[in-house]
Order: sequence, then C-alpha cells, then structure tokens
Amino acid sequence: MAEIQDYKSTPKFETFSYLPEMTPDQTRAHIAYIIQQGWNPAIEHVEVDRAFNYFWYMWKLPMFGEQSVDRVLAELEACHREYPSHHVRLIGYDNFTQSQGLAFVVFRGR
Amino acid sequence: MAKKYEAGVKDYRETYWQPDYVPLDSDILACFKITPQPGVDREEAAAAVAAESSTGTWTTVWTDLLTDMDYYRGRAYHIEDVPGDDTCFYTFIAYPIDLFEENSVVNVFTSLVGNVFGFKAIRALRLEDVRFSLAYIKTCNGPPHGIQVERDKLNKYGRPMLGCTIKPKLGLSAKNYGRAVYECLRGGLDFTKDDENVNSQPFMRWRDRFLFVQDAIETAQAETGERKGHYLNVTAPSPEEMYERAEFAKELGTPIIMHDFLTGGFCANTGLARWCQKNGVLLHIHRAMHAVLDRNPHHGIHFRVLTKALRLSGGDHLHSGTVVGKLEGDRAATLGWVDLMRESFVPEDRSRGIFFDQDWGSMPGVMPVASGGIHVWHMPALVAIFGDDSVLQFGGGTLGHPWGNAAGAAANRVALEACVEARNRGVDVEREGKAVLTEAAKHSPELKVAMETWKEIKFEFDTVDKLDQVNR
Repeated sequence: MAEIQDYKSTPKFETFSYLPEMTPDQTRAHIAYIIQQGWNPAIEHVEVDRAFNYFWYMWKLPMFGEQSVDRVLAELEACHREYPSHHVRLIGYDNFTQSQGLAFVVFRGR
Repeated sequence: MAKKYEAGVKDYRETYWQPDYVPLDSDILACFKITPQPGVDREEAAAAVAAESSTGTWTTVWTDLLTDMDYYRGRAYHIEDVPGDDTCFYTFIAYPIDLFEENSVVNVFTSLVGNVFGFKAIRALRLEDVRFSLAYIKTCNGPPHGIQVERDKLNKYGRPMLGCTIKPKLGLSAKNYGRAVYECLRGGLDFTKDDENVNSQPFMRWRDRFLFVQDAIETAQAETGERKGHYLNVTAPSPEEMYERAEFAKELGTPIIMHDFLTGGFCANTGLARWCQKNGVLLHIHRAMHAVLDRNPHHGIHFRVLTKALRLSGGDHLHSGTVVGKLEGDRAATLGWVDLMRESFVPEDRSRGIFFDQDWGSMPGVMPVASGGIHVWHMPALVAIFGDDSVLQFGGGTLGHPWGNAAGAAANRVALEACVEARNRGVDVEREGKAVLTEAAKHSPELKVAMETWKEIKFEFDTVDKLDQVNR
C-alpha cells in the first residue's frame, strides 16, 4: 500500500471536473450524446473567479434542434477564441424535465 | 327500496365480496397477500379483509342503515394465486375515495394497515401494493421540491450525486464531526449525512452539530467552488423540537435537512415536508424500521407501498437499497420502486412487482438514495442500475480510505465521473467497469489506492424477500 499522501484541493466546476480535460474525441462524443438524447445544446462562459455563480454569460442563444456535432463544436471553439481565459461550458437543455440533462466545462479557464 | 334491520352475524362475503365490481378511476385500490387460517375459504377471507379495512365490524349494527353503505364499503373484487406458494393468495380490494381524508397518508394507512392486520381469521397479511387514484394524489402535497428543483439549486447536472454518512455514527464531538464533514466535502462529495441515530445526544447536542457542520459546508464550498450540503437530521422527540431544529437549520442557510419518516411518523413527516416547501429547504428521508415492516414475504407492508406513502407525505430523497451492497433488495424489485419514486407514470409490471398502473400526475419525483456497504468497485453497476437521478452514498467506502476522507471522497468522485463519461460515449460500463476504473486511476492516486483496498469485498447472500414469481 502506497504511503499516505496529502490531499491537495484545487477549484472545481462540477460534472467531469475531477477528470483530466477531455480530448477532442471525448468532447465530440458528448456533443453527440446530448443530440441523441433529444436535448438542445447551449454554450455558456464566465471568468474563472465568478464560476460559482448560477448564471454565466450565454454565448448567443441555445442551439435549438441542432443536429450537427461539427456546428456545436465550432461554436464552442468560437466562444473559447473570443474568451480564452474563461470557462466555457456545454449544456444539454432537456425541455421535458425543464432542466439540464448535462452540463460540463469543455474549455477550462486560466 | 329501503332495507330492514336484522341483528346478528352475517358472512363477510355477503356484503364485501363483489367479483363483478369494476373499480372507479377515483377508487384507491389495494393488493393484499392473505394467508388465511386453516378452514377459512378464500372469498370469505378476502371479504373479511375488505370489511375490516373499511366500513365493517363483526356484527350487523342498526346504524349501518342510516348511511349509504353500498357507496362507502370497500369491496374485494378479485382473487389470484400467488405463483409458487399455495399457503396464500392475492386479493384486490377497491375503496371509495371518500373513505379517506384528503392529503392524509396517516388516515389512509390507519385504515389499510390498521386493525385488519391483527384479525384472527387471517394468519398473516401483507399489503403488496396500493393504487392511489390521481384524484387523491392531487390532494397531497408530496415532495417539497423534487428532482429538478434540487438539481437547479445545487447546480448538479448529468450525473448521480455523491454522499457519505459520517462515522462512527455515535460518539463524536460536534467539532470533530464537523472536521469529518469538511474533509469529505472538500474531497469532492456533494453531500454528507447525519447517521439516522444521531439526533441530539449528550456527546453532541444538535445546535453544536449544526453550527460546526454549516461552517464545514461553507469552507468546502469556498475551497472547491462547488455547492455542498449536509443532511442535518431534525428528527426529534416531539414535533415542537423538530420544528425548532428545522428553523435553526434554515437560519444558518443550510440547503438540506433530514427526517426519519417511519420512526418519526407520517404526521410529523407530512408537516415537515410542508414546512420545507414553504422555507426552501430540501428534505432527505431515512427509512429506519422499514425492514420490520417489509422484509417478511407473508406479513407486513411491501417497501413499494412505503415508497408511495413517502412520495405522498413528502420528501426529496429516499433510501432505496443498493442492489449490490450489504442490505437486502433484488434488482428488478428495486428498479420497480425506484420508478415509483421518480417517474410520473408507472405501468403495471408483475416482473418488477408492480400490481397497478400508477399515475402521479404532476407530483414531483423523489431522488432514490443508494447507501450501505458500497465502494468504488460497485460504481459501474450503480451508475448502470440507478442512472443520473440518484444519490450514491459511500460511508465506509469514503471514510475507510487509507489516506482519509478527502482522498476517499476524491476516489469516489473520479470513479463516478469516469463511469458517467464512459457511459455517455456508449461504453457498457457494467461489463467494462474494471477497464474504466483502471484507466481513471492512472490520473488519480486516490482511486488507485481505493481500488487496492476494497478489491475483494462482496455481499453475495441470497435475498430473503424475492419477487413471488421467482420464488418458485
């Protein structure tokens, strides 16, 4: 058994923030998952020190009915280019539960 | 034509057995498993249960004729064999809605599982399922918030939430207890929980506990940037003390409190659930005493009925069993009552022990809580069984980590996220669980150590209360 290690905490940002940053393939798979569930993709971003707030800035409007993984990915990248220091998260709005089926940070702010 | 009064004892079947009855949409329906005394025939036993759980008494009384007994009586309308068991049979009974006070789980259960359970002609009796009519459900308050509101308040999406009951369950001082809470929450858990046995004992009075725990929550939130909670147990000796504790918890700004709905009682629970709705506090429900009621296959109340009682009385979380851990519960039956907690419509499905269609209308759902004897190796199965709308609680599986609570919490969080991430990509996590966890452990020394610590522990005893159709 490995020797006892000190636990070092770092700021987190909910779902998937305990895993390494996603590879492009993983991100694509999750966009496809959101679309396949029938959810509406949406993008939000925020300064790192405001990440605890419920409400982040919306990037444009939710992409209602969007079926193209490429177009969602392109919007994520466009948002990241415009706000390179911000967290950029992808949301899957589930209009039947009136909630979010999934939300996770794709580009981690610095 | 008006009836004449005849004093004396009549067979129950003359009044309470009505096989041609077609239940009304508004009726409350019950399925009982009856084990009669030798020599008592099925129809008479079924009618006796219908009578004793509704309007009947052992003899005719003249005042029966002052009311419309044809409307108010319960009716046994159907009898069915129990697969693989000749000692008992199912009977289906319909009760008119006006037998029960609106919004009163207390009143419904006083009738359905009241005196009738001690009735001499019956050797054993079990309430297997109840169909609550939508008309009745609309009178009930139900869960204070429900699954979606909880997710929005706590900002948790797309995954089950993680919890942990603080141990040792009795004997810690309030400050040491707060320390254990803080370590769990900073390591990545969403919730910690008071053990159900923790109320306000001499070693830790409730007010001290609430204060230190709230400090732990706020510190962990500031440190991690994530929203956290601890189920502060407000179960108390009397309703007045219960509300006093709840009010104090609210003043501290804590997001969730806890109640034991069976030992505390339906009256207290329904009141507290309404208070929680009014005051914006989530409500976690523990189920101490349930196994006394639900474990014997021939006598008592099935847990799916207790589940329905709780959803009507009110609670945002309810312990459901884990399927894989140290406590009783087979998979199909557990998934049956998990659906009864979460879904708005649950169809009859005997393969999952569900005897009636159940329409919940717009009543919010309850989050099932899987807790007891589970650890990181169970994570893939838990994610597959329970899906996102659940709380997975690892007590020993967090606190027993060789590096302490924070590392134990991080190990569980990494394992959970790895399983959800893999599932979303289309991986069969139950089958590929080992590979998913092993891969995740490459980036998490905490998970690697947890996997080494708990590798061999299993709880593979047979279930005592199986579904009847697999009981052959």
